[in-house]
Parts: sequence; C-alpha cells; structure tokens
Amino acid sequence: MGIIRAKDVTFEYIRRDEEGNVEGITTAVDNVSLNVKQGDFIAILGHNGSGKSTLAKHINAILYPTEGTVWVDGMDTADEEKVWDIRRTAGMVFQNPDNQIIGQVVEEDVGFGPENMGVPAKEIWERVEESLKAVGMYEFRKHSPNKLSGGQKQRVSIAGVLAMHPKCIVLDEPTAMLDPRGRKEVIRAVRALNDVEGVTVVLITHYMEEIIYADKVFVMDKGRIAMEGTPKEIFSEVEDLQELRLDVPQVTLLAYELQKRGIMLPDGILTAEELAEALHLR
Amino acid sequence: MSIILDHVNYIYGADTPLAVKALDDICLQIPDGQFIGIIGHTGSGKSTLVQHLNGLLKATSGSIYFNGEDIYDRDYDRKKLRGKVGLVFQYPEHQLFEIDVFTDVCFGPKNLGLDKKEVELRAYDALRKVGLPDELFYQSPFELSGGQKRRAAIAGVLAMKPEVLVLDEPTAGLDPRGREEILHQIKELQTGTGMTVILVSHSMEDVAEYVDRIIVMNKGRILYDNVPKEVFRHCAELEEVGLAPPQVTYILHELRRRGLDVDTDATTVEEAAEAVVKAMAKR
Ligand SMILES: Nc1ncnc2c1ncn2[C@@H]1O[C@H](COP(=O)(O)OP(=O)(O)OP(=O)(O)O)[C@@H](O)[C@H]1O
Ligand SMILES: Nc1ncnc2c1ncn2[C@@H]1O[C@H](COP(=O)(O)OP(=O)(O)OP(=O)(O)O)[C@@H](O)[C@H]1O
Ligand SMILES: [Mg+2]
Ligand SMILES: [Mg+2]
Repeated sequence: MGIIRAKDVTFEYIRRDEEGNVEGITTAVDNVSLNVKQGDFIAILGHNGSGKSTLAKHINAILYPTEGTVWVDGMDTADEEKVWDIRRTAGMVFQNPDNQIIGQVVEEDVGFGPENMGVPAKEIWERVEESLKAVGMYEFRKHSPNKLSGGQKQRVSIAGVLAMHPKCIVLDEPTAMLDPRGRKEVIRAVRALNDVEGVTVVLITHYMEEIIYADKVFVMDKGRIAMEGTPKEIFSEVEDLQELRLDVPQVTLLAYELQKRGIMLPDGILTAEELAEALHLR
Repeated sequence: MSIILDHVNYIYGADTPLAVKALDDICLQIPDGQFIGIIGHTGSGKSTLVQHLNGLLKATSGSIYFNGEDIYDRDYDRKKLRGKVGLVFQYPEHQLFEIDVFTDVCFGPKNLGLDKKEVELRAYDALRKVGLPDELFYQSPFELSGGQKRRAAIAGVLAMKPEVLVLDEPTAGLDPRGREEILHQIKELQTGTGMTVILVSHSMEDVAEYVDRIIVMNKGRILYDNVPKEVFRHCAELEEVGLAPPQVTYILHELRRRGLDVDTDATTVEEAAEAVVKAMAKR
C-alpha cells in the first residue's frame, strides 16, 4: 500500500442555521480514489473551488471523509488515536502563511514543530538552521515573523514543516506569494527533498510550470478527479485543460501556437530545450 | 489630475531597535487612466507603497498629492480618499468580515452613503464581474475556497467604483482562467471608464500582458520605471534583484543561443510565436 491512499472518498461541508437545521450541503470532494507511492512527487491542479484544499486537509487529518477512507502510511485518518502520528508523517504548508506562524521569533517558530515532537535541543537547532537555509531565510532567524513580508512569511512556514522531517509533505499553493526567485528556490528545495531525502511531495498549485517534474498529476474538477497522468500526458491536452479553466506552461503554449501556425512539432513540449530540439536547432 | 509622491520615506517601528526602512526616497507621478504594474522581490516595499496611496499608512517623511491636494494637510478629508482610491489587500482575509458574501460586497458602497438600491445593484454587478457563482452570494466569506475569497475581496472594492483601483497581488490563488478573466475585466474598466489601475504582482507574465508601465522596486527604492519592453530587456539586472522576464522571453533567449536568429524582445506568447515563425521562415 502507498504512503497515501484514498478509497471512494466523499466530503460534504454542511451549513446549518442557528437552530442547527441544515441550510446547504457542498460536496467538495466527490468519490475520489488515489494511491501515492512513497517517494513520489504528485501535483494536484484544478479550478478555484474544485476541492484541492479540502482533499489535502484529509491527508493530515484536519478533515476526515464523510464517506470512504483515507490511509496515511497505513493509518486510517478517521482513527482519532492516530491523529498525531499522522500529522507527524504528513506535514502541511497552507495557502496563507499567517494561519500557521506562531512563534515570536523566526527560529522559535521553525523549532516549534520538532520541539513538540520531543526532538533533543541540540538537534532542534541543527534542523532549524538547515530548514531556514533551504528556503533562504537563515539571515532572518532573529526577526519577528509578523513583521516579514508576505513572501518571507511563506518561506518561514515551509521551513517549519521541513524541520519536522516528515515522510510526506503537502504544500497547498506554497508559492502563490513569492517573487520569481523565491518561487524557483522553493520548488528547487521541494524537489531536492523529494530526490535526495525521498520525501513524498504533494504539491497544489495554479502555476503550471512548477509541476513539469512531477511524477504524476491529478486534475480536479467539481470535486472529482477529471484527468490523471504524467505532466507530458496532461499538458498534451491543451484544449481539455483550458476547458477545465487551466492552462499549460508558456513553452507548451508557444509550441501549440507554432503548431497552429503550421510548424510541425510534437505535443506536450515542457522545456525550452525540448522545443529547440524539436525545431532542429543545436 | 494625478497622484504625486514626493520624496516619500517610510520606516516601520521608527523609534525601536528593529526599525525597518521600507520606502526610501520614492518620487513618482501617476497620471489618470494609466495601467501600472509594480513588481519587486518579496519585502521590496510594494505593499507598503500602495498602502500610502489611500492614506492607510502615513509617510515618515515626504509628501503625497492627490489631484493637486496634499493628503497630509490638516483639513484634507482622508476618509473620502479611501473611497476614491480602492485598495484590494494582498490577503483577502484581511478585508472580508461580514456575515455573508453579498453583505460584505455591499459594505464599501454603503459606506459611501449611496442608497440601498444603488448599493445592491453595484454589489451584484461587481460579483458578476469577478465570476463568483450566485449560489455562493449568501455563504459566509470564511467558508469559501482561497480563490473564491480572492474574488469576493476584489468585488468589494470594484463595487465602490473608485477613481484609482489598487490591487495587491490580486491573482495569487486564482486559477489560470480566473486570472485571465479578472485582469481582462479590469483592463476593460480602465479603458472604458478611464480608471487608473495599479497592479502589484509577482507574475511577470500577467504584468507583461496587461500594463502600460512597470515600476520595479528594489529594497524600498525604485529601480526602473518604464514600459514593459524596456524593463524586461534588463534580464540580468532583474535576476539580480529576485525577478525575471516572462518565461517566454527566456525561451526566445534559449532558441537564440542555439542558433535561431530570433528577435528576443517578445514578452507574450502571441508575440513570441510571431517572432519564431518569422525566424524559421528566414532559415
Ligand atoms: N469551510 C467551508 N465551509 C463550507 N464550504 C466550504 C468550506 N471550505 C470550502 N468550501 C467549499 O468547498 C468547495 C471546495 O473548496 P476547496 O477549498 O477545497 O477548493 P480549492 O480547489 O482548494 O480552491 P482554490 O483553488 O480556490 O483554493 C468550494 O465550493 C468551497 O466554496
Ligand atoms: N508591520 C510591519 N512591521 C515591521 N516591518 C514590516 C511590516 N510590514 C512589512 N515590514 C517590512 O518592510 C519591508 C517591506 O515590506 P512590504 O510588505 O512592503 O514588501 P512587499 O514588496 O509587499 O513584499 P511581498 O512581495 O512579499 O508581499 C520588508 O522588509 C518587511 O519585512
Ligand atoms: Mg485551495
Ligand atoms: Mg506585499
């Protein structure tokens, strides 16, 4: 069994009025099944409101299914006794860093997770240093997180999860507030974690070019998984993706535009190098 | 008429040991009706700068003139300024607070003293413009997805019909189609009504596609202030300060490096496709 497995998962948000009567039901995740192998790099795409964050919150037991089952490293997420083991196995970086920064000083904030896990003090400091360096925030270690810019905060919250050395890390739009260099650094750090440390990565993003190195991509639509495949397979379907309110990386789009203008090219070009080769350049 | 910033400085925590100089001698002139992009590394001072435009932050030193009037004048009506310069915050959570989405979007225009009917008309219109589905109008703004919250926050400011619309990272968290739809709507408002638009963004691709002028911030100072084509020519300098030209510009540089005699000035996919077709025809 994979590190993350979901079987026939449905999740409903139920809204109630003051008396507790049901006012409305939103089916945010609708009959989803998936299996993620340890060490895989998985990407989840989908339009706003398609259920990505809701699904992600199932992986570290913030939500549990209305129907169906989610297992993380073999543990059923509905099993209340396993909640802490599950959260230690699957670390999560949320959409808005404000919601997860707690410490008064950056290094304290990053050390909070490992401290809670009972990691010895000396090792905590090593982990804090290594994680802050990985996201390029080491020089801010003595600053107050509340006074950092949006992108700086985002990187601190990623460092906080890295310091817990989880087997799996779920990132819900971690680069939304970063500048181009920050975005590159974070994606590089996440890839290194995946490649070198074998950490399983689940990346949710609206930036198509960030996922070209993923092993597998899931595309969500209205709570369901509408497409799944390798980045090349997914990005070959330019029109289907646009139908689902998504896009392809600019290089893929450029190749597609060139095809339309009569230049013969294969589908699903993902890098400038591939494009150059397909155009028979050096 | 215009906005003028004259030697504006801003220091957070000025009298504390942790003082941060966030704006350093900013001089700017923003004429009516322009679509301006502000780019810069995280922490470069973009949000600090735009919060000065509606008087939310007050410069540590320097002056700001709105339509010829000094906004720091003792009898200047700064409350009114907030109605004229609409600011969409970087984090939508900082601006959503009402019981449901519709009431939230009504808040701004209601505060302008408009009658109920006008307020509601504007709210509906704004919600339609940002593409938020009807069934979410009476849901709590806190029960929306990230991108839906973003849309609600933008609608709240659009409904005020400000003279100057300032958007701090409005497309962060929007799906690609939503990004395109909302920027397209805003472009139409700008060309149709002559509204001034100031867009803070980390997406070089969006900025390249929509704005007339780019201001590049670096460590609290203005590094460049020019049309997109000129700014994005400074490839190496932009990388130096944490930025980059749009991806498609890189692709053209790569093709050129590999021997294709292609013009590398393009900043949009459309322009790049034309350039490549032209270069291929020459071979
Ligand atoms: N706390 C909540 N209460 C009720 N409904 C909710 C809540 N959170 C989300 N929803 C609804 O559930 C659906 C899925 O939301 P979710 O946040 O999972 O989407 P998402 O794919 O992450 O979107 P985005 O790209 O905008 O972040 C949406 O229709 C949303 O309105
Ligand atoms: N409330 C605050 N108190 C103290 N310092 C602050 C505060 N807000 C921001 N700063 C600091 O001021 C500088 C400019 O921050 P600002 O938020 O304007 O940057 P930004 O360009 O908007 O960044 P981002 O792209 O990450 O949103 C940064 O160094 C930041 O750490
Ligand atoms: Mg989400
Ligand atoms: Mg900012």
